Amino acid sequence: MHAQTQCAAESVGVVEPQRAHFDAPLALKSGGTLPAYDLVYETYGTLNAARNNAVLVCHALSGSHHVAGTYAGKKNSEGWWDNLVGPGKPLDTRKFFVIGVNNLGGCYGSTGPNSINPATGKPWGADFPFVTVEDWVDAQARLADRLGIQRFAAVVGGSLGGMQALSWTLQYPDRVAHALVIASAPKLTAQNIAFNEVARQAILKDPEFHGGHYYEHGVVPTRGLALARMVGHITYLSDDSMDQKFGRSLRHDKPVFSYDVEFEIESYLRYQGDKFAGYFDANTYLLTTKALDYYDPAFDYDGDLVAALGRAKADYLVVSFTTDWRFAPSRSREIVYALMHSDRRVSYAEIDCPAGHDSFLLDDAQYHAVLRAYIDNIEV
Amino acid sequence: MSYQRYDYDVIANWIEPGERVLDLGCGDGSLLRHLTNVRQVRGYGVENDPERIVACARNGINVIQIDMEQGLAGFDDGFFDHVIMSLSLQAMRNTQGILAEMLRVGREAVVSFPNFAYWRHRQAILNGRMPVSKNLPYQWYDTPNVRFFTIADFDALCEQEGIVIHERLAFDEDKVIVDEPNFLASVALYRLGRAGG
Repeated sequence: MHAQTQCAAESVGVVEPQRAHFDAPLALKSGGTLPAYDLVYETYGTLNAARNNAVLVCHALSGSHHVAGTYAGKKNSEGWWDNLVGPGKPLDTRKFFVIGVNNLGGCYGSTGPNSINPATGKPWGADFPFVTVEDWVDAQARLADRLGIQRFAAVVGGSLGGMQALSWTLQYPDRVAHALVIASAPKLTAQNIAFNEVARQAILKDPEFHGGHYYEHGVVPTRGLALARMVGHITYLSDDSMDQKFGRSLRHDKPVFSYDVEFEIESYLRYQGDKFAGYFDANTYLLTTKALDYYDPAFDYDGDLVAALGRAKADYLVVSFTTDWRFAPSRSREIVYALMHSDRRVSYAEIDCPAGHDSFLLDDAQYHAVLRAYIDNIEV
Repeated sequence: MSYQRYDYDVIANWIEPGERVLDLGCGDGSLLRHLTNVRQVRGYGVENDPERIVACARNGINVIQIDMEQGLAGFDDGFFDHVIMSLSLQAMRNTQGILAEMLRVGREAVVSFPNFAYWRHRQAILNGRMPVSKNLPYQWYDTPNVRFFTIADFDALCEQEGIVIHERLAFDEDKVIVDEPNFLASVALYRLGRAGG
């Protein structure tokens, strides 16, 4: 049955994260191995008897398993993609069983740098092995096995999450019917890697980083992490949206010739940076930006993306945003043309939304109309 | 719309089962849906109108949102068997450019357009008014059409550009017009190829 789109959309309500422990070692692309690990995840909706209505939502750099719903007694605890997932929403939980997973190396409960390394009895810190998009997908596949899901109706993700959705269709072509690759790219450009490197250097050069073993010193490299987030934020917004939101507004209505906050954009960036540094883990930030940089499914095919996509069997929806310059529309089109030339079914929408890269998290009417139209046709 | 169905049938007859087909200005995807049903084509549509993108997604049609006026960069040479532009050429500014692009990415091109020299249109002009008809349903001030040309004009352009006309069918409503098409036909459909190709 198709969802009634005219129904008012609701929240999935109060949710609780779950934890799955895995004892079988996971071989990583870097050559390392995770001997055992935990994955924290949430689910919304009900897995049907045929077990063919599962949708995996993959998170980006700073996201988590908490995709939708709220936590009991916690204000402002909506999941990061709550506007997309729920009863009557484009990814309708009356039809689909939706899963969010915190990736390995994360800091929201899944095994990561702030977990205890069983070999030392101390936090992994900088010794946590490098994890890649492919490793995350492998771990997500094991969770799917655990939940009794042989094949996903769809794997969905924005930005770095879109890379995971794409990678799913290459690593497990028989286990994905549809991939929704949003505001993403087949690989980062040099400019994009450059922004990540500035962010990493900010963290690595923070005197409280202690080579990544800051947990043992009871400190956190908050200055570096905040700076990293500030750089990131600049690239997630468009020039226009930043101008519209902040312009050249001055705190004191006139220049006071000081390095304290004067322009409102300075205030915003400092606030966002400090807030982020208060809850996110610096080692996770380092690992995750490296995973972004390394992702390049065409690397083993002499850069030939069409050849790399030859294994794929899924159908695709690719979406980009006109004002997104961190993951520009031209990068999404590379994916689209390569998929088309691999004879994959693919649709592509370029959404005229002013909010830059962050657009993929918003509920722009055209964006959600495209998602809803595409997702409604996914058969379960 | 009966006029749309004969357009679709002619195009379907020019296409072999299982072909790769690109439909430029695919609207809500109904031609591609028809060709998928009757010819099992691997079809892709190109559109740039947001509402039509949603309509295509709803119709389960592969649609790619780009501005055709910018050409078809990104599409490989000769990837498609047929590249179709149904009743949209008159709304394109870069006529020569898009025809060249269609025959670059496709083995053959299929083009249909309203014939501005249709006798009813001539009559309207003689009466001093711009033609408004089933095939030109717009007023002069709100028409999306930017190029106004006739069957004779298009034949001359093909000659000039070295485009081979494999087949041409002209219609008045759903009736095939054999004699004096530039006078008696309201719509023309062409099957085009590259010279020497």
